[in-house]
Amino acid sequence: MSHNLISLTITEALNGLKSKKFTATELVTAHINQMQSPSCRALNAFITETAEQALAQAKNSDSRIANGTSLPLDGIPIAMKDLFCTKGVRTTAASNILNDFIPPYESTVSQKLLDAGTITVGKANLDEFAMGGSNTTSYYGPVENPWKSKTHPDKKLVPGGSSGGSAAAVAAGMAMGATGTDTGGSTRQPGSFCGIVGVKPTYGRCSRWGIIAFASSLDQAGAFARTVEDSALLLQHMSGFDPKDSTSAGQPVPDFAALLKQDVKGLRVGIPKEYRVEGMPQDIIDIWEKGAAMLKDAGAIIVDISLPHTKYAVPTYYIIAPAEASSNLARYDGVRYGLRVDGKDLQDTYENTRAAGFGAEVKRRIMIGTYCLSAGYYDAYYTKAQKVRRLISEDFTKAFEHCDVILTPTAPSSAFAIGENTDDPIKMYLGDVFTIPASMAGLPGISVPAGLDDQGLPLGLQIIGRAWDEVTMFKAAHALEQQAAFSTQPVLIKDAA
Amino acid sequence: MSIDKSTVSKVAGLARIKVTEDDLNYYAPQLQNILQWVEQLQEVNTDGVEPLANVSEIALRLRDDVVNDGGIQQEVLQNAPETVEGFFVVTKIVE
Repeated sequence: MSHNLISLTITEALNGLKSKKFTATELVTAHINQMQSPSCRALNAFITETAEQALAQAKNSDSRIANGTSLPLDGIPIAMKDLFCTKGVRTTAASNILNDFIPPYESTVSQKLLDAGTITVGKANLDEFAMGGSNTTSYYGPVENPWKSKTHPDKKLVPGGSSGGSAAAVAAGMAMGATGTDTGGSTRQPGSFCGIVGVKPTYGRCSRWGIIAFASSLDQAGAFARTVEDSALLLQHMSGFDPKDSTSAGQPVPDFAALLKQDVKGLRVGIPKEYRVEGMPQDIIDIWEKGAAMLKDAGAIIVDISLPHTKYAVPTYYIIAPAEASSNLARYDGVRYGLRVDGKDLQDTYENTRAAGFGAEVKRRIMIGTYCLSAGYYDAYYTKAQKVRRLISEDFTKAFEHCDVILTPTAPSSAFAIGENTDDPIKMYLGDVFTIPASMAGLPGISVPAGLDDQGLPLGLQIIGRAWDEVTMFKAAHALEQQAAFSTQPVLIKDAA
Repeated sequence: MSIDKSTVSKVAGLARIKVTEDDLNYYAPQLQNILQWVEQLQEVNTDGVEPLANVSEIALRLRDDVVNDGGIQQEVLQNAPETVEGFFVVTKIVE
């Protein structure tokens, strides 16, 4: 029974709840049991478990379902990335500087999900302040991927990042879906590494209010689930205008889940030649070509496109994101909230607090950003990067004259071992080479599990859509999902009978 | 561009992060490598290109000039490391 419940899709679970095959309490309990099993706890996917609160909410869901007033996602257990402020529940951004922070307010996205009836089983681990691509920079320790390499089963693998805890929780059956945030690939890349769907909408689709800020011109909320349809359902209930976010758009939110099953016949799928980067593993090239063939079989038309400034996207990102981060993270001063380490005067208190509160990657990015914004370097770095950002964005505008969606690999590798790449920041940064360009242009992107590599590890393919056209992106992703028929699960979920 | 330890020390000061000699030895070569790597942007011709600050490029909305929040002193102070009578407390700054 409990094995069945943690393997269901959100859509199946909603049907099961409606037809009274099981209760929300049973559904939530099954996921809590999985979350609290020793093998799942060993993955370190959660910073704070909220089992008690979840069970109380499940009771409320059950009464609503019983009296016919159920909400659209009533009773669905999810994981909440610990970057979303949750009222009365500790929210850390995986940083020591916010170790004791209990928000007196709820983020707009988490409030919308509450209003839709979802139940949060815990606050998911992440890279500190969402800065990282492997979930190894968390103050609370790294998250482990539930997948194991066939050739090196003893190796602990990263779940990707920054939303690594969210992705691991969904992949291992601890939650049916999860929130993430995506600044340069932080939902799509972990989706790929964990064999699940990770989606980021158009910039401005979801409110940023109450999401702890990293790089404000890039940050967007995103969703994880085990199917494209489930991810569309979640995203739908996270989206919409919010007067509290100055860059929230007033665009209407289409019924993503209802529209994604439409035919892709005649859909033009662009293949950007610049994404065939030097040294790309054969497995990645193969899955990309297979993906194009699958969409072609489904009736789509494959067209070659060019995104000439692709190679500059990652260095551009590593000026803009740290610059914005250095400014956003200036608020952590040990005065109004968060950690304080007293010094001999106020300046000394600031310096002690920030030295003790931030980890190495966060300090590195704050210093890079501070340098790029400092007198004499601002134009050479920051303004230059903003100009290149426009060229990257215009590349997409031109490409979308010839195609409706773009197909690329999500990441240049499958999950790597915890500890790999940590000594070389640039090597780690290049893991986001395929996801950053769409972030720079504010475009929606989704990673769909498409196959396994020679180590038996999942590989995702990314579909990038036009701004505000998530519907076409979801349609293409759904067609790809149907063709790929990816059904492998990590051992943890298979064994949890 | 060369990032030596004294530059890192200056930047850390601007960012209000205390650094030790070990920190300087650790960060200087990393920051140097990263900044050298982003130098490649200089090869892109950006003559006549307007900087893109935000993709939404929308004019910021105005709201009515009315009080729409407040009266939440308790909530504002509840996470403060130290408070006295409704104020945040910091180290003495005026002798």
